[in-house]
Amino acid sequence: MLRESMGLNRLRRLGPPATLWRLFSTCSPSVTVLDRLPSALGTLPPGLEAFRQARGIHRWSDRTNQTGSAELHRLPFSRVSEQDLTFFENLLPGRTITDPDVLMVHNVDWMKSVRGSSELLLRPQTTEEVSKILKYCCERRLAVNPQGGNTGLVGGSVPVFDEIILSTSLMNRILSFDKVSGIITCQAGCVLENLSTYLEEHDFIMPLDLGAKGSCQIGGNVATNAGGLRLLRYGSLRGTVLGLEVVLANGTILNLLTNLRKDNTGYDLKQLFIGSEGTLGVITAVSILCPRKPRAVNVAFLGCSSYRKLLETFQCCRGMLGEILSAFEFLDSACMKLLEKHLKLTNPIAENPFYIVIETAGSNATHDEEKLHSFLAEVMASCLVTDGTVATEDAKVKALWSIRERVTEALTHDGYTYKYDISLPLENIYQLVEDMREHLGNKATNVVGYGHVGDGNLHLNITSHSKDPDLLAAIEPYVYEWTARYRGSISAEHGLGLKKRNYIHFSKPPGAVALMNDIKHMLDPYRILNPYKTLPDHS
Amino acid sequence: MSARVLVGVKRVIDYAVKIRVKPDNSGVVTDGVKHSMNPFCEIAVEEAVKLKEKKLIKEVVVVSCGPQQVQETIRTALAMGADRGIHVEVSGKDSDTLGPLQVSKILAALAKKEDARLVILGKQAIDDDCNQTGQMTAALLDWPQGTFASEVVLEGDKLKVVREVDGGLETVRLRMPAVVTADLRLNTPRYATLPNIMKAKKKKIDVVKPSDLGVDLTSRLEVLRVDEPPQRQAGVKVETVEDLLSKLKEAGRI
Repeated sequence: MLRESMGLNRLRRLGPPATLWRLFSTCSPSVTVLDRLPSALGTLPPGLEAFRQARGIHRWSDRTNQTGSAELHRLPFSRVSEQDLTFFENLLPGRTITDPDVLMVHNVDWMKSVRGSSELLLRPQTTEEVSKILKYCCERRLAVNPQGGNTGLVGGSVPVFDEIILSTSLMNRILSFDKVSGIITCQAGCVLENLSTYLEEHDFIMPLDLGAKGSCQIGGNVATNAGGLRLLRYGSLRGTVLGLEVVLANGTILNLLTNLRKDNTGYDLKQLFIGSEGTLGVITAVSILCPRKPRAVNVAFLGCSSYRKLLETFQCCRGMLGEILSAFEFLDSACMKLLEKHLKLTNPIAENPFYIVIETAGSNATHDEEKLHSFLAEVMASCLVTDGTVATEDAKVKALWSIRERVTEALTHDGYTYKYDISLPLENIYQLVEDMREHLGNKATNVVGYGHVGDGNLHLNITSHSKDPDLLAAIEPYVYEWTARYRGSISAEHGLGLKKRNYIHFSKPPGAVALMNDIKHMLDPYRILNPYKTLPDHS
Repeated sequence: MSARVLVGVKRVIDYAVKIRVKPDNSGVVTDGVKHSMNPFCEIAVEEAVKLKEKKLIKEVVVVSCGPQQVQETIRTALAMGADRGIHVEVSGKDSDTLGPLQVSKILAALAKKEDARLVILGKQAIDDDCNQTGQMTAALLDWPQGTFASEVVLEGDKLKVVREVDGGLETVRLRMPAVVTADLRLNTPRYATLPNIMKAKKKKIDVVKPSDLGVDLTSRLEVLRVDEPPQRQAGVKVETVEDLLSKLKEAGRI
């Protein structure tokens, strides 16, 4: 690492002209380009190999395959200079990080699928510090990559080139909590699980819950409009977030924090920032409406012999469980096999093609159990469900949930994973998995489907022994075209980030994308906030 | 084999729940708190059901002592595969003072009444941590006992039990009838599947009173006070060795 950064500095001092920087940044292994370089510079720059390594982590094949058909060029942002470092060190003493080992972690996403080459990580503690950082970066035309828990799955949380990483990890204070209304106000860097633990002491829960809860931060959740396991019951963040504090690209602090349930005074600006993936502003504080902690939580784990029966079970469930239903998730037998193989989890029931996890949450245990038991008797009697088990104790509830929540983890042990997060009409959801299996044949190790079927959201995952461009070419754009044919969404809850930004047109009309670009231009004219993400290239 | 096994199960506060002491320090809050079967009792039920599946014993009878709610716990055991249940009704003041001595008297009386060849219990309950009921039951019956069992093998009319003891593992051979108490590694309790849960609804639970068994419930123990453990003091971080030394001196440690 030290050798690489030394090579980089040496090249900087060489100060090649702008055109050469263009050549460098395409980072093509094409022999002709590299052949031309020595003659253009006179001598071969000593750190060239190191430089290629430092830059070349975004190998040609990586970039075109992971990031869509477009080749990615570094936009002409400024580069971090000694003066910039001095400024940041004065602003954030001890929290301006250039240590390559630390940066390595923040430059790679959770899936270890994309890597950036940022050399500067900033850790502000207050909104004012974020404001000063962004004001400076805007004036200097320095690109900034806001980063929360770095658990995103579309490469949106890590730099693409040398963007400065703006981490919210130290902004983890809970500012206030109103026990009567259940409204919590906190800084954007609060880890979701920590918020849940805090709220549970007061008999409340967060309105969202996802597998990444131990690491993801609420600011990132809001910036990506995260969905999760409880969306079915408590709705999306667009409904539960009551207010935001956002710092705009030029450093302006926009205080839209409020503790009001209802406020119809003008355009609802916070909705712009929810789901904007850090491209319109940096969220620094959030106020969220939290539901009461349910007294009685029951989980049923059921087995179905066909997808049709699964859908009928869902209808029955909706009817009989009604308001106490809080989650309806599914996984297929391929997922169960992966869990058994890689994580040594045991299937609590007999083998079935489909498994359902149903959660009920209510204020009265007896009432809920009665409803649940009559629902279970009904689905067993009508043979919609072939087998199942129920849990009411905390430990068993957690054990049953882990079967659904750990599928993502099991997949990482099965090789390289291609992840797709698709929204479709309910009856078409599993068809995509089956069609994909047929379409890919032997090219893939495993094709599995699981997800929030209650919300019409499929997580389609394909694994292969190692990254395979042929396999990727077979998957994309087939999966997106299939989705567009059924008028689905190519990204139900994961967002577009880096990996899916160029596929937006499969789900949104050109006029909409044009308007998004206008808004981006208005709020961030120098496009310094999380560049190369969310909106398609050549915008 | 035509043997009958008696399994005792206890309804306790679920182990994942945060325990709160009552404001008058007379006990812990149990109202509205999640209860479930004692984890060691689950292991005991699982072992009994396994023996039945291997056709080494004929019938599994599950017993619990306490108020009406313990019937839920008995139903859970029935859903795991027990054949029938006995609810020994103890309510009100008596259920608060119910302890190992009274329960073991009840279990001994039932073991004789039901002509059981084997009594399997959890090694201890997670609410009182007494670890006495199994031992007392064996003594009252004058039966051999294999406690802290991590393995149980039926060999004809003898029982080989591997016990987890401080020094390691001890293997003993007991003549039946005998009492065994289950330790953590004996087995992994099964999930009760829906078809079994439905079947369990139809299984019989007999209700008996301690007086029917000739057992006197008066307790010889009186709980004076229940307190929370003292709050753990936060530690102090120091930056240098000099700081550490001065802090230790201040605290009078050196």
